[in-house]
Amino acid sequence: MSTELLMPQPWVVQKTERENEDVVTLTLAPESSDHGFSFLPGQFNMLYAFGVGESAISISGDATTNGSMVHTIRDVGAVTHALSAAHVGDVIGIRGPYGSEWPIASHTGRDILVVAGGIGLAPLRPVVYHIIENRHKYKDVAVLYGSREPKDLLFRAELESWKDHNIQVEATVDNATPGWTRHIGVVTTLIRRAKVEPRGAAAFVCGPEIMMRFTASELTGRGMNPDDVFISMERNMKCAVGLCGRCQLGPEFICKDGPVFPWPRMSPVMTIREL
Amino acid sequence: MFSMGRRDKAVTSHKFKDRIPGFVTEEGTKIDTRTFSLRGLDQLIQTLLDHGYQCIGPVVRDGVIAYDKVSSTADLPQGWTDEQSPGHYRLRKREDDACFGFVVGPHSWKRFLYPPERRLWQLQKQGQSFVRVGEPEVAPRYAFLGVKACELAAIGIQDQVLKDGPVPDPDYTQRRDNALIIAVNCTESAETCFCASMKTGPEAAGGFDLVLTEILEPKHAFVAQAGSERGREILDALQTAEASESQIESARAGIASAADGQTRTVDTDGLRELIERASESIHWGEIEERCLSCANCTLSCPTCFCSDVEDSTDLTGEHAERWRRWDSCFNRGFSFVAGGEIRHSTASRYRQWMTHKLSTWHDQFGSSGCVGCGRCITWCPVGIDITEEIQQFRLRDQL
Repeated sequence: MSTELLMPQPWVVQKTERENEDVVTLTLAPESSDHGFSFLPGQFNMLYAFGVGESAISISGDATTNGSMVHTIRDVGAVTHALSAAHVGDVIGIRGPYGSEWPIASHTGRDILVVAGGIGLAPLRPVVYHIIENRHKYKDVAVLYGSREPKDLLFRAELESWKDHNIQVEATVDNATPGWTRHIGVVTTLIRRAKVEPRGAAAFVCGPEIMMRFTASELTGRGMNPDDVFISMERNMKCAVGLCGRCQLGPEFICKDGPVFPWPRMSPVMTIREL
Repeated sequence: MFSMGRRDKAVTSHKFKDRIPGFVTEEGTKIDTRTFSLRGLDQLIQTLLDHGYQCIGPVVRDGVIAYDKVSSTADLPQGWTDEQSPGHYRLRKREDDACFGFVVGPHSWKRFLYPPERRLWQLQKQGQSFVRVGEPEVAPRYAFLGVKACELAAIGIQDQVLKDGPVPDPDYTQRRDNALIIAVNCTESAETCFCASMKTGPEAAGGFDLVLTEILEPKHAFVAQAGSERGREILDALQTAEASESQIESARAGIASAADGQTRTVDTDGLRELIERASESIHWGEIEERCLSCANCTLSCPTCFCSDVEDSTDLTGEHAERWRRWDSCFNRGFSFVAGGEIRHSTASRYRQWMTHKLSTWHDQFGSSGCVGCGRCITWCPVGIDITEEIQQFRLRDQL
């Protein structure tokens, strides 16, 4: 990290992949080799579009791949719009990685549930990669993924390929469109279809807050230890290092204490409106 | 409500431990206490300037006592005092020539240690890429003259946030390390002061290089003690005499009367838990009926540190800058995420501010975020009084 506060380093776009109408995945490489860094699944970077601004974006690539960084970005504001429009060869500023990780490496020997809603699959993809690379260390694994409509699903082809690694993959949509032959309904309805026994398993959950709350509640209701449920939170962030004060949620700074939290640390604050 | 997730941090005092307050040590030995006249104060300012410091002290400006550059005692608010109450501040002429016969104005020293706006960096396009341009600004070397006890405590609290955390702010750290602090003990209180109950004043307990007490009896003079080696060197460079028993007694009596004169109090016992329990109280909605969400309380607060950054380019689009500006949890957009604002209502913003200040600050930084300076009471345009609101939460908690 640069010694200058909040100073982005130049990274070059190597590849762009359109995931759906408003989501693209960028693969980036550091312009200068000394800017490379490693990250842990669940961490995020601050991505800078020159002169436009910065946005906190989770890392959606493989943590064991050195020399490149993968980000999946939804076009929702000025900065993410500029980032989404990047072409191969363009330069984007990156600083990071920041935040806490999904503690997947410390949950070996267990059944694992990955539950994602919408863009929430992006920060969970490094978890799936970790499991695939260490498949023998985990027992039954299921990925449950929900989105609004079939067209919103991320990484659709890749989802199918995960099945080759003895990972159960189930997808559901809130609203089906012609051609959809899989599940309909919110993602929590998939939990009973997972070939994973919640008791003794660990879950990594990311999506809208309401989805994470109901997922955690369903999982713990089915016997999962609350301490084994992990969620990833989002708040407004400017610095990502605990100085700007904006990402506070109760006693926590989402940037440095999170974004990944064990469920019991978030459950008391998530039901208080406008906290 | 947050207790399940709380990880208590070791409570670290923000105060220096290098000096015991008062005029004698715990063992009863007398602390070297010097005295000098008003001319000596001029000599002190000159000495600071000679040592290469920018001397910042209180000045009368825009109808308030603000902090700005001073080059002699003529710049100080001699003969002025401040009259404060909820939503009210007036300067009033004193009947004496006291230089520090006021409490605190709308400014605090964070203005100098953590400026309201600052350019963090500049970048220049270079082909597809960008490079950093411009030299980093050199942090000024300030001598702060007239830092009150509550303000020292506030500086200590901001140190915890901006200097002593895992990622220190380099500019703050440098400004802070450079700064020479000359504290002045309060010898009177405003109606809005409650430092005594927050245990931050009115006597400076540490964290200064030099501490002065201005006395008017038996004769207008200053009683001085060093709090650091740097302070000792400055003091030794002045023409001083040993403070007499009557001068020390006068200083002590002045400080005691400042404490006794405080009409506002806060019962800090269980306050952190009280506010935590109150997260869903209807009283936030009652405050909302008065609060304008104007952010005056946060801007005048000497510990509030939240900021925004603004990225921009020049007209060519080739040159980009990042500026950091003070922000407030009362402002629109502060809690904005892709789905919209988290804190829409004024009630939720006031709750965030007060809960952070009095409760979650303990979780994060090991102390309260409130020093009892009373600025948020004075500068609130509708006179919302944090001490009164605390009392309201206590009453409701007992129902």
